[in-house]
Amino acid sequence: MDPTVDQQATWPDAIHAHFRRARIRQVGYVPDAGHSRLIQRCIEDPDIIDVVLTTEEEGVGLVAGATLGGERAALLMQSSGVGNCINMFSLIRSCSFPCLVLVTMRGEFAEFNPWQIPMGSITEDCLRLCGFLTYRIDHPDDVDEVVGAACDMAFAGNVPIAVLLSQRLIGRKVWSK
Amino acid sequence: MLDRRGCVRALLAERGDLLVVSGLGAPTYDVAAAGDSPLNFYLWGAMGGAAMIGLGLALARPKARIAVITGDGEMLMGLGSLATIGVKQPQNLAILVLDNRHYGETGMQASHTQYGIDMIGIAKACRFPETHTISRESEFTEARRLLHAAHGPVFIQAHVRQEEVARVLPSRDGNEIKLRFLQAVAKLDQV
Repeated sequence: MDPTVDQQATWPDAIHAHFRRARIRQVGYVPDAGHSRLIQRCIEDPDIIDVVLTTEEEGVGLVAGATLGGERAALLMQSSGVGNCINMFSLIRSCSFPCLVLVTMRGEFAEFNPWQIPMGSITEDCLRLCGFLTYRIDHPDDVDEVVGAACDMAFAGNVPIAVLLSQRLIGRKVWSK
Repeated sequence: MLDRRGCVRALLAERGDLLVVSGLGAPTYDVAAAGDSPLNFYLWGAMGGAAMIGLGLALARPKARIAVITGDGEMLMGLGSLATIGVKQPQNLAILVLDNRHYGETGMQASHTQYGIDMIGIAKACRFPETHTISRESEFTEARRLLHAAHGPVFIQAHVRQEEVARVLPSRDGNEIKLRFLQAVAKLDQV
């Protein structure tokens, strides 16, 4: 089991329900503790193709290709992955592709690893500079409503939207060794 | 060594409903020179992303055939995507790398392939069931079969001459290229 606390939290299920409601058919991700339950839901869902990526920027191409093929896609990444995507996000802006990104935050709250702070502290600013609207969620009770709104806006208006799932929401990472 | 324009023209002749993604730089001009089509998605940037756009398309349209036509430099920037494609094993995706062993757009500096970096070996290691190298026109027939019909994912490396060819420029408006592509794909569905 990965080392994140509170793997029992059910808010990822609400995100998965919105993926189904919004008819999202491809989900790209780099394995991540904070997204582990949602990733598992997507893998188990026969209507969703899960695509494990070697780096997050691959997911930007995946979203573009899925859209060109008439399907909807979403990306799951950690805040560090946002930095890997920056040039590739030009594809989203240049062609007005919808882009829904769910970002698990690191380096901002009870972070044990100082190396996570440089990217985590600029993640939201980077996304905005790349043309994304950003929503931030700190409390489990807000996940359903905010992710629902993000799904609707991304695909109704061909808008890039990132939902930041804060480190406080995800839970403190336990260093167990 | 092949003439890049002649190679792309030969491999795209009578292409039917083939969906084509072209990597930035010379491959985009080569694909445009072979005959503009609304089923071409031309890249002018997003270097390293062509193969992944092909994967997203291939997964979204499993009954369509997808060809990614790109250069050695563009493919080198997205080598990880070959591993990602290898995991998904899309049968309908083919990648054609026009390998001139140089970065043509930036002044013909040497690329990694010139130093013996073996892209076919990488594709094989990434579980591409069909990999093939061509360097003569007599091999076009087999390359066409692989590109259009073989059980993929397919990886073809075409050894092309290092030469500057006149640019044939398609639209640079990403929205226009996207909308035209989407409309053309929607028409295919109506038939």
